[in-house]
Amino acid sequence: MQLTNRAKQVDRKPLNIAEKIYLPAVLKGMGITLSHIFKKKATIKFPEETRPFSPVFRGLHILNRDEEGRENCTACGLCAVACPAEAITMDAAERLPGEEHLYREEKYAAKYEINMLRCIFCGLCEEACPKDAIYLTETFAPANYSRQSFIYGKDNLVIPHPKENPEAFTKAKGLIDERKAKANQEK
Amino acid sequence: MAEEKKLFKVTIDNITIEVEPGTSILNAARQIGGDVTPPAMCYYSKLKDSGGKCRTCLVEVAAGSTADPRPMPKLVASCRTNVMDGMVVKNITSDRVTDARNGVVEFLLINHPLDCPICDQAGECHLQDLSYEHGKGASRYEFKRRTFDKHDLGPYIQLHMTRCILCYRCVYTADQVSNERRHGILSRGDHSEIATYIEKSLDNDFIGNVIDVCPVGALTDKTFRFKNRVWFTKPVDAHCNCDKCSGEVQLWMRGDEVLRVTARKDEWGEVKDTTKGEPGWICNTCRFERKKISDWVIEGPTQINRHSVISQGHYVGVKKPNETVAKVMGRNPKLLMDIKDVSEVNQVELSELKGPATSQVFKQLKKGN
Repeated sequence: MQLTNRAKQVDRKPLNIAEKIYLPAVLKGMGITLSHIFKKKATIKFPEETRPFSPVFRGLHILNRDEEGRENCTACGLCAVACPAEAITMDAAERLPGEEHLYREEKYAAKYEINMLRCIFCGLCEEACPKDAIYLTETFAPANYSRQSFIYGKDNLVIPHPKENPEAFTKAKGLIDERKAKANQEK
Repeated sequence: MAEEKKLFKVTIDNITIEVEPGTSILNAARQIGGDVTPPAMCYYSKLKDSGGKCRTCLVEVAAGSTADPRPMPKLVASCRTNVMDGMVVKNITSDRVTDARNGVVEFLLINHPLDCPICDQAGECHLQDLSYEHGKGASRYEFKRRTFDKHDLGPYIQLHMTRCILCYRCVYTADQVSNERRHGILSRGDHSEIATYIEKSLDNDFIGNVIDVCPVGALTDKTFRFKNRVWFTKPVDAHCNCDKCSGEVQLWMRGDEVLRVTARKDEWGEVKDTTKGEPGWICNTCRFERKKISDWVIEGPTQINRHSVISQGHYVGVKKPNETVAKVMGRNPKLLMDIKDVSEVNQVELSELKGPATSQVFKQLKKGN
């Protein structure tokens, strides 16, 4: 039964003299190989080199602080309710007198967990956040041997303190401010 | 034979209904139900004299009655205006009403802090619903919002005066439901505020009902403060034998924990009548003290409007799939990780705490583990 017209009859003719000495075919192959030396390389030397991320790349989450170093998150639960993978859970607590330098609002997230095994990096939590608190950065979730280490708590998520560790803070923040400015412009 | 009552015919948004004389336009519209019903922030059917303060229920009366079919010159508050025979009312079909309502919402939001991410009322707040429908994206108000000194209303009730819209519902509740009234409104105009007279705590048995009555988050339950968001808890109807009240309540549960107890609410967000037909106010003991599942007889999950955020994650009529893995394999499948062993969230027994969780609670937890 013939399905298509693209079937090709196999050529079973004996080889001629040029084909028998193989040399033209070898040279032709070598030519293709050597031409690749002068072409642009398709690979990069990771991890010394990294590829530029797309401006809309969504990687690992951070929990943002304001310029005084207070945590922005108020445990409102909007990220958790927006999360289609149900990866986010949290415990809220009331700010005690004397903790005003730690948390921006009277309620804060005492515990905040993202299950990176469940997370699909869709960015809906960032979209839902009314407090400018959660952002997806330009970093991958690093590989690990145990599943337990993919449950990210506040110690993994909260951004470094902007006054105590300004370098790490700007590095962790990455392109967030640029993205924010762009989004505001588009509005 | 009893004399038959004459019924009044009213037309609200082109829907005609016959109601008893003396019914307000709002209640007539509620009998029709649906979108036709004007929103009400201050009117509460179970409270005498309530209404007429917030102006969100404004409607246009296109014809006063059959006897005098002239339209009313101004928009009227539907909770305070009684129907007449042959009255024609326009609510959502009138542009004037929509425009006025947008203005009223803007006024209500002038001093409202919009701290919904913190507020415990978020998710069941009438002002949230109203501003979602009628509010503007931004405020045109350029001045500072009013602020107040903090008032302590005792160990059970939390007052956030900045969120108050001065609907007076709680004042009427304190006056009518409980025997003595110790809180009212002080000062006037922009300075008006709910306060307890002479800093006295409200210790009446039924005073907790002011929490249910409050349309915004000004009066909230201190025993539920910051414990969970409303939409992550599961509303369940339950009852108990209470010597003070009917004992018919709604539990807001998370797993097997009772996080909050409230009265049952009807579709207008008002306290439902009990099975005996009395208003379903509940006492403070039921509301604040009975936070154990053993205190209650569970009747079943509460019917929640599926458009409400509270219904998220609650599925009706779901048949759980039958797990056959254990039957086929002869043993339970090996779990590579049980999230409950790893997670640090949900470790605190929130229902056992009297007030909100603080950093102290979490520190103790660390020692315990």
